[in-house]
Amino acid sequence: MSEGIVYWLQQILNALQLGSIYALIALGYTMVYGILTMINFAHGDVFMVGAFFCFLAATYLGLPFAPTLLLTMIGAALVGVLLERLAYKPLRNAPRVSAIITALGLGLFLENFTLALAPYPKHIPPLLENVSWDLGGVSLSSLQVIIIFLSLGLMFLLDYVVHRTPVGMAMRAISWDKTFVPLMGVPVDLIISVTFAIGAGLAGAAGTMYALAYPVIDPYMGIMVGWKAFISAVIGGIGNIRGAMIGAFILGGVEIMVTAFFPSTYRDFVAFTLLLLLIVVRPYGILGKPRTQKV
Amino acid sequence: MRKTLSLLLVSALLAVGGSAWGAEKTLKLGVIAELTGDMPAVGTSCKNAAELAVNEVNAAGGLQVGKEKMKVQLVVEDNAGKADQSAAAAQKLITQDEVLAIVGPNASRYAIPASEIAESSETVLITPWSTNPKTTLDANTNQPKKYVFRACFIDPFQGGVLAKFALEKLKAKKAAVLYDVASDYNKGIAEVFKTNYEKLGGKIVAFETYTTNDKDFSAQLTKIKDAKPDVIFLPNYYSEVPLQVQQAKRLGITTPFIGSDSWGSAELLKLGGADLNGYYFSTHYAADNAAPVAKKFITDYEKAYGAKPDDVAALTYDAFGLLFNSIKRAGKADREAIRAALSTLPSYKGVTGDMKFQADSRDPIKSAVILQIKDGQFTYFTNANP
Repeated sequence: MSEGIVYWLQQILNALQLGSIYALIALGYTMVYGILTMINFAHGDVFMVGAFFCFLAATYLGLPFAPTLLLTMIGAALVGVLLERLAYKPLRNAPRVSAIITALGLGLFLENFTLALAPYPKHIPPLLENVSWDLGGVSLSSLQVIIIFLSLGLMFLLDYVVHRTPVGMAMRAISWDKTFVPLMGVPVDLIISVTFAIGAGLAGAAGTMYALAYPVIDPYMGIMVGWKAFISAVIGGIGNIRGAMIGAFILGGVEIMVTAFFPSTYRDFVAFTLLLLLIVVRPYGILGKPRTQKV
Repeated sequence: MRKTLSLLLVSALLAVGGSAWGAEKTLKLGVIAELTGDMPAVGTSCKNAAELAVNEVNAAGGLQVGKEKMKVQLVVEDNAGKADQSAAAAQKLITQDEVLAIVGPNASRYAIPASEIAESSETVLITPWSTNPKTTLDANTNQPKKYVFRACFIDPFQGGVLAKFALEKLKAKKAAVLYDVASDYNKGIAEVFKTNYEKLGGKIVAFETYTTNDKDFSAQLTKIKDAKPDVIFLPNYYSEVPLQVQQAKRLGITTPFIGSDSWGSAELLKLGGADLNGYYFSTHYAADNAAPVAKKFITDYEKAYGAKPDDVAALTYDAFGLLFNSIKRAGKADREAIRAALSTLPSYKGVTGDMKFQADSRDPIKSAVILQIKDGQFTYFTNANP
């Protein structure tokens, strides 16, 4: 292969890896927004807590990859449900600003709670033996393959759950109308908890994969990644699950390609200008639909 | 009721003020350290060495100031790895705790804002580890600040040493640099390295950046791989370097890496492991090739904390050495007198080697060492003199 093609293929692979991780986190933002029209700003920190669960399971319990991933997802899901039950549920009928402030506060709490327990950055032991293949100059690592395919697998599973199962149908119903759906016998509280559990569980999976790909973790790691995932959800059309995935791959792709094309110093400037233009053209995101407000 | 309450408050205030008045015989010194945040290992080393230095003086009955011996009291502030909190900590130490002088912060991106406060409040600040020239230079006049000193060499020197080392010892004709553009230290030394390397006849084939807290460097590293350098320079902090090296290896990069004094923490070895074996970095001193003065410090430190002192610890100890020396010569516990004594110090023999001070400069002239990472240990490789 010519050198130029090799270079671009490598960058596309990098973008896929980054986009997959953003996508898993973006799903949590978009699901909660879809059901409660609330932005759960603590979600990036749930992702961070997931990475720390992965650290605990891998280091102290000495578990291999699959049980670590499972345990992390369950742990993160529990954290998500706990946040919803203790902090968001009492505020469900309060002004929306209260819920957002609470979410920001919870994020700070999770960061500083973790910081108090683990002030030093932690190293994640390599759970998977890393094999690198050289495909005509493009290097592909087993970790990249696992991250990309596992993320895609989880996303398709979620898509299936939301569009093809009774639970998914209930979720979509609640997001459609919160007044009459309970009258049809849909357990609203349970479905909302399930939504939080799924979103947080996916963030836990993202935390595990992130921790394996970038094996130095610290309590502040969720802030920037969380923001990027939130932006992904917005450009995809917040509230729309497929939109969040598309948005995440667009953001990952733009970030990597801007670095590849321009001097890397301009990365954030060029990347976010492009995204801003996209929002100007499509204010509701790529797959988002404008909601008409009836007065 | 209200009256009694205010009376109580006033008497409580008086009691507090009175007790501070009564404890005249102690010298208060402040430390600002990165105890939490993204480089807690740096802050912990700094705090440990500060306590060691102060305990030594107090065990000997205190510091001779004029005719009397005074005990030293340490006030340690955490800057949480944030620039604004560094400035706030300096402000608090100076106005609230009324310390005589401050040691720290260590990283340049925290030392620069803290130094501005110290300068405007006319209190001596010695930073142990901040190598960026801007720390001791006034941004408006480009003249040395009056109250800010340091115990380490500066980046123009370190960058020159590394450029020469890469060209002459490693025979690398083409170099690539990856650095944090949002951090004063990383940016400063990357630019100095580039200038020196090109002046000496080398070629910079890639000059790539990222911003603090980035974890994915794959795009930049792919670009670097494409440029085919002979050596890659990573002037970044110990928590980032392992990620950068691991990602480079995953992308199939086999080029050797070199680093600067920000690598010199034992945490680097813990986080990076075998991936870093064989690479070189420049730093302030080598624990395994130290002068006799340093030997005692190293054994004392190991006894107290169960770990070898890294360069931050050694430099903090020297910063306190400089401070004690100046307070003794000043002969009184007065901020202005300490500054005068410190600025006329011609030379000082420290744990990190001999320092010489020029008349109008706040930056000591001292040698650097190049260490190699070998079997999970920092080992002495060579010396580089100014």
